[in-house]
Amino acid sequence: MQDTILAVVVTRRHADKVQGMNSIFIVEDEAELERTALLLSRILKAMAHDLENGVTILVQH
Amino acid sequence: MCGSAAVPSGSSMKTYTEAILLGLAAGFLARLYMLRTDYRNYPAYPHGYVIHLSLGAIAASLAAIALPALLEEEYTAITFLVLCAQQFRDIRNMERETLINLEEHKLVPRGMDYIEGIAKVFESRNYLVMLVALVTTGAAIAGGLPAGLLGAGCMILFARFLMRGSFIGDIARVEAAALHFEKSLLYVDDIVIMNVGDAKAREKILREGVGIMLHPYDDDGRAILNDLGQRQALLHDISMLVGNKLEIGEPEWTPAARKNMETGALGIFLLPNEKDTGCVMEAARRTPVLESAVQKPLASTVGRKAAD
Repeated sequence: MQDTILAVVVTRRHADKVQGMNSIFIVEDEAELERTALLLSRILKAMAHDLENGVTILVQH
Repeated sequence: MCGSAAVPSGSSMKTYTEAILLGLAAGFLARLYMLRTDYRNYPAYPHGYVIHLSLGAIAASLAAIALPALLEEEYTAITFLVLCAQQFRDIRNMERETLINLEEHKLVPRGMDYIEGIAKVFESRNYLVMLVALVTTGAAIAGGLPAGLLGAGCMILFARFLMRGSFIGDIARVEAAALHFEKSLLYVDDIVIMNVGDAKAREKILREGVGIMLHPYDDDGRAILNDLGQRQALLHDISMLVGNKLEIGEPEWTPAARKNMETGALGIFLLPNEKDTGCVMEAARRTPVLESAVQKPLASTVGRKAAD
């Protein structure tokens, strides 16, 4: 399957914007979000996409 | 070999020996010449040369023998030629399979359309070799050695002319374009390329990335740039010529081509090894127009009407 969301990283402040995913990573602030997204991106070979509302998704293209 | 039965027996064949050898040599040289000129299409493995030169020699020998055989009224020779032409179709399959196997481990793949085009070219080159050998032998039989040599020279030039396709530079104006972000969206001029989530990746893209725009000259060019296989071929050729920083597990640097749906212009983004926009533009201009991408809406009345 193409273009699958593998993980979601979200700051605690915006945690209620995401539901229903297995892999939701709740982080404390923007800096941690960026770091976690980068780590996940490299581990999962997936691309980090910024939804511009405090939510970053990791997508396998 | 299947062509051996085409050789007429008897002493009269000796008179053709010179012509046959000349045709064979001309055909072989034509194949060698065509291998040299297609560095871009050629998968760089030495055994490939051996395969194609051997098959070229076989094609040349068959064609060189054909005319003398006919003159000796050995009509079965022609049927053997047809049989062998059938064999050459396997070259296309062979090339296709090899390139598809290699494709798996390419960071920027050629794409199936490009592979199909290359495979077809390799098949057709053997027919060109046969044509060169046939005409050379004919000329040598009719006018002796000088005529044969002249025929060989002309035919090799003719083969070169036939092999020449058009390039992206012929169908579109290639220009440098600015890369910029609107929040997380990467743009080449006014074309959205992709969403980049990582702030550091955005900085790197702005610092080291290159954007170019391809403006088609007419609706035929627009249709060609619209073809996804052609776009992939562009990305592959540019990446091959100027290098690409793309790495496994780092999809942020994936080169991409997206069109402006209003004008048909194509925006290309990539992260070359060295930020040299001029070289990237030249590489784009030199990318061959794929046969499968060629569409000519302007050749039809409806297409011409729609274009104005």
